[in-house]
Amino acid sequence: MDAERSLRQLDESSVHAPRGVTVEIGGVAIHLRPSRPDFDEVISKRYSGFLNSSAPAAYKFDILLQNPSQAPDADLRLLNCDPLWRLERGDFRAEWDSQSRRGWVRQAANPYSIDTVLRIVHSLILAEQGGFLLHASSLVRNGRAFLFAGISGAGKTTISRLAPPDAVLLTDEISYVRRTGTEYRAYGTPFAGELEKSGANVSAPVSAVYLLEKGSENRIGAVEPLAAARSLLRNILFFARDHDLVKRLFDSAVEFVSQVRVSRLVFTPDTRVWELIG
Amino acid sequence: MNEKFIAPGDGLAYRALGGETIIMSATDSTLFSLDEVGSLIWQGADGRTPLTEIVARICDHYDVTHEEARRDAEEFIAELAGRGLLVVSGQAILDTRTRVSGAL
Repeated sequence: MDAERSLRQLDESSVHAPRGVTVEIGGVAIHLRPSRPDFDEVISKRYSGFLNSSAPAAYKFDILLQNPSQAPDADLRLLNCDPLWRLERGDFRAEWDSQSRRGWVRQAANPYSIDTVLRIVHSLILAEQGGFLLHASSLVRNGRAFLFAGISGAGKTTISRLAPPDAVLLTDEISYVRRTGTEYRAYGTPFAGELEKSGANVSAPVSAVYLLEKGSENRIGAVEPLAAARSLLRNILFFARDHDLVKRLFDSAVEFVSQVRVSRLVFTPDTRVWELIG
Repeated sequence: MNEKFIAPGDGLAYRALGGETIIMSATDSTLFSLDEVGSLIWQGADGRTPLTEIVARICDHYDVTHEEARRDAEEFIAELAGRGLLVVSGQAILDTRTRVSGAL
């Protein structure tokens, strides 16, 4: 396959990796090897708090830096030629081999392209492990994680801002959920929303999911399992229409709602809403 | 009356949840949900259970005549078949393993 050949060629001749940086999100350590050593600093700054040079990196990504091409707002295209994934957007072109756990990206020297690539790669890795990325903010309080799901404008950032001082922010935008043994854990991520602030690099068992709805009062309502599954599936990040991947995410979502309490949280911008949570 | 057999359509993921059933098309991620009666019919969509037997199960669970249950089941199956969620055949559908991805 041409793609595989190009992957090897880049690995052997085009990319020089004097050092590289290991970024560990959700316990998944990915070693990033830019073609220019000065880009290490850009990555280190972007993923500050999520660097772990001592973690054994099971995943490796080569970053081939080039001059800027198209704008990043072009459509994202994903193609799966199992086990190879091809990712393309105006500002980058990448390949990810899910079997060898190696990949490369050709992009300009900015942190945004690799950020998108990492989100996609993490979603693919998570899907194989019964987890998913969710449009949700998440915070830890008293050792338990609470997720607040909703589309843009639903209040993910607002509920994070209203949190009491002892709550630890995992993310105000994209929650990282993975099954570990018999429980689901939420992990902090550097993937920030309006707060423009990375989450803490900690994790906790998921205690509850709240489907956010802005209203004139604070109240919690029960959600039937089927409605919970529908809502969760609407908020899971689906980067690809690949049949096997979609089925895997579907199974993970249904399994998740059969184990974790999902409620509807109608709230007004008032810190007292947190008295209901827990 | 000719016998009918039903099986899930291609590219579907589905699971029973709280007495109901959620179905997702892996092609376009469209979601469908079935109520308890619909779920009872879906459980019989294994390609081997005759529609007559599925209707009998409905009559066992609900206060409905055989004729009403048969008519409603036929309408329901036609609607699901029209959406690509079910395939209908006059004989047993033997190759459901390639189609079925869910667990009930």
